[in-house]
Amino acid sequence: MKWSDAHLTDVLVIGAGLAGERVAIEAATQGHQVTILSLVPPRRSHSTAAQGGMQASLGNVAMGYGDNPDIHFADTVKGSDWGCDQEVARLFCNLAPVAVRQMAQWGVPWSRVVPGKRLLPEGVEVEELQEKAGLIAQRQFGGTAKWRTCFAADGTGHVLQYAMDSVVVKLGVTVHDRMEAIALIHDGEHCYGAVALSLRDGSLRPYLAKAVVIATGGYGRIYGVSTNAVINEGTGMSICLDTGVVPLGNMEAVQFHPTGIVPAGILVTEGCRGDGGYLLDKNLHRFMPDYEPVKKEVASRDVVSRWMLHHMSKGLGVDSPYGPHLWLDIRHLGKEHICVNLREVHAICANFLGIDCVEELIPVRPTQHYSMGGIRTDVNGAAYGLQGLFAAGEAACWDLHGFNRLGGNSLAETIVAGMVVGEQVARYAGERSLEFPFALVADAMAAQEDRVSKLRSRSGGSEDVYRLRKGMEDALLNNVGIFRTGEALEKAVSILQELYQRSANIRLRSSGLGPNPELYAALRLPGTLKLALCIAQGALQRTESRGSHYREDYPHRDDENWLKRTLAYWPPGADMPRLEYEPVKITELPPGDRGYGGMPIKGD
Amino acid sequence: MSRFLNFSIFRYNPATPEIPPRMQDFQLDETPNMSLFIALNRLREEQDPSLMFDFVCRAAVCGSCAMLINGRPGLACKTLTQDLPDKITLMPLPVFKLVGDLSVDTGVWFRGLNENLEAWIHTDKPFDPQGLEDRMDNPTAHAIYDAERCIECGSCIAACATANMRADFIGAAGLNRVARFLIDPRDERQPYQVFEVVGTDEGVFGCIGLMACDDICPMEIPLQQQLALVRRKMALASLKGK
Ligand SMILES: Cc1cc2nc3c(=O)[nH]c(=O)nc-3n(C[C@H](O)[C@H](O)[C@H](O)COP(=O)(O)OP(=O)(O)OC[C@H]3O[C@@H](n4cnc5c(N)ncnc54)[C@H](O)[C@@H]3O)c2cc1C
Ligand code: SF4
Ligand code: FES
Repeated sequence: MKWSDAHLTDVLVIGAGLAGERVAIEAATQGHQVTILSLVPPRRSHSTAAQGGMQASLGNVAMGYGDNPDIHFADTVKGSDWGCDQEVARLFCNLAPVAVRQMAQWGVPWSRVVPGKRLLPEGVEVEELQEKAGLIAQRQFGGTAKWRTCFAADGTGHVLQYAMDSVVVKLGVTVHDRMEAIALIHDGEHCYGAVALSLRDGSLRPYLAKAVVIATGGYGRIYGVSTNAVINEGTGMSICLDTGVVPLGNMEAVQFHPTGIVPAGILVTEGCRGDGGYLLDKNLHRFMPDYEPVKKEVASRDVVSRWMLHHMSKGLGVDSPYGPHLWLDIRHLGKEHICVNLREVHAICANFLGIDCVEELIPVRPTQHYSMGGIRTDVNGAAYGLQGLFAAGEAACWDLHGFNRLGGNSLAETIVAGMVVGEQVARYAGERSLEFPFALVADAMAAQEDRVSKLRSRSGGSEDVYRLRKGMEDALLNNVGIFRTGEALEKAVSILQELYQRSANIRLRSSGLGPNPELYAALRLPGTLKLALCIAQGALQRTESRGSHYREDYPHRDDENWLKRTLAYWPPGADMPRLEYEPVKITELPPGDRGYGGMPIKGD
Repeated sequence: MSRFLNFSIFRYNPATPEIPPRMQDFQLDETPNMSLFIALNRLREEQDPSLMFDFVCRAAVCGSCAMLINGRPGLACKTLTQDLPDKITLMPLPVFKLVGDLSVDTGVWFRGLNENLEAWIHTDKPFDPQGLEDRMDNPTAHAIYDAERCIECGSCIAACATANMRADFIGAAGLNRVARFLIDPRDERQPYQVFEVVGTDEGVFGCIGLMACDDICPMEIPLQQQLALVRRKMALASLKGK
């Protein structure tokens, strides 16, 4: 390595999704030099795939009148099954309206309120008032007392990301795309930067900064079948875990979305049900009211997903070559509504199922969707364990979502956290001077160069990276899914441990030279296996059911013993994570009944 | 019914320039509902792990995977093999810088475009965190959304005769982006300020009207209409003489 290759900047943001770009904007606006790293051009980040919308208690529509941050707060805490940090939830709910309105000023074409009377699918008539005409419109999402999800047709993530990136372009923030952070540079106390791998040519480069922010999104792809983009492998989380001192919070809290299409796993938005869509079984019976008479299809995601699996286990699923599924029915919403407000859903059905959802039913099944867990931070976004390291967005466990995230709260989180954490990062960077710890940088680079050259030399080992990865996906999918048992989780842990050992012996089949996808996969796999082990081990140890974490052998929430957050550390050289626990902060709303999801729900 | 597909795929790795660019053949058995996303990943995992291509969303919303599929630009993730003959030729998009095999650098190209067009809302209005949002009527919001749906996949650029000849032509995607800001009431730029950028050969006059872009766009953005809109507004602005 030549020292002159090192890239110096005030703030290094790893990840160019909504969270990363919002942090970058805040720091750049406050006068810092900012560099963003991303696997892909910012506008291709996974955030662009979000369809349905973003929650903020504006109270603009008839079904949302009277909404305020207090009601949003209560919904969020109940949704989390009391697993969230209430100080964070309060801060978030207060700021979400500001975030939505600022995005409007930056160019998001939010759908707007059209005054007049209209009939909802269930037969209720509502009137949108003239005085609210032209304000930001809101739709219903699951688990909320009021309609508060702001949307732009069903391309909300796309327009948010484009508006956000337009500000990044305007401010001239440096973006290095096709650059993957593969290790942090740290001394066990401070974080000084990261080693990045160029996905253009396979070279390595050190980045040094006063403050480093991880905003790398979720890890959904380690499950194989997921609604997530294929780049979502959680590497930002695994490089933090690799430090040995930064813990990951609540990794066992994995969200499954009720409506991934079968077999592709592509999501159709919760807006489908929020706007009045039904779930039907093989007899075309609408079954959700049988289980959830009040919330029906719009109970929280964990609950709807469980009832769906439960219903299929009674033999009421629709058989297909890809296993049983259920139907999502939006036909009664009408062509106009579907082609305007659910336009991307219509396109997805046409492209990937070859059906017209105005006239046909959509085959769906609960599918891995979101990671509530992640890099544990305090309310300011500062990561536990290393100074100068921050995290925001889906990669972080800030902890707004506890054991279940409400739909629409994630887009809102990325932006609100971007504002809050960005502010803290700017302050932190303002108080420090840039350091260039030569020995640390040299060591960190040498360690990564060594991994790369070992793989390229193709000397030792015989394991195939894609086979090992498939093993990991299957172990998680089969044993760490919606319904969990001690037995299956133990099995998952032992399979994953074995795969982790074997991942040290990968042998490339290709040369590994240049932009080589096999090399990239081989470099990522050990880290993703560590994440998988944190998930499985965390789930095994948590002998209760809370939110998305549902143990058939412990079907009740156990506040006495488990009102606490899991912290997973990976000690250097270990072959398993070490788990610790910390209390959950309850400031306003003591644990109580969620009002849906009466337990226990049986799997099979 | 199951077919054997014969792929002919462009290969070039800039790290090994001694191996010249070439077409390489692969065979694969077709499975029901197989997309090029599935096919290419199987080729990589089962036959040649060095094969380079880009997918992100695999749901036709991120714009990463455009390539020439039997000569025509399109999104590989939403192209089903059942809609193709059993001989499938895959080439990287022209115009853009090649990363390797089927992977091209559209990101840097589009960032440059957005910088040139100053494709952001220009306003002097300070943001008031306490205030309500400015009102907008819903049809205007929808019209902006319609133009904003471009996913910067580069297909229209690759299909465009002008863009293939002149590196600086902003193409249909660029003109559509101009239209998007022209119709947005929040952008305080006067039309003439926009036309200083686009009223040139790199802008609206570069288009020679072949309109290959129009039926290529995977988002079905009415590019021809958008171009007409920009030209109309431009004519109006020049009549008003600034
Ligand atoms: C299909 C789908 C629909 C959704 N719909 C909604 C919705 O309607 N409402 C809602 O609130 N939420 C929704 N979500 C969730 C929400 O979209 C995501 O949680 C959110 O967008 C995550 O944003 P982020 O900025 O944290 O990460 P991402 O947008 O995932 O961005 C991560 C960034 O990190 C980069 N990166 C990753 N690893 C590295 C590395 N090692 N080095 C360098 N760069 C790296 C990537 O290139 C990318 O730029 C949806 C999710 C899915 C899957
Ligand atoms: S206008 Fe259409 S074809 Fe052109 S870049 Fe945008 S989405 Fe692709
Ligand atoms: S992979 Fe996103 S458009 Fe094809």
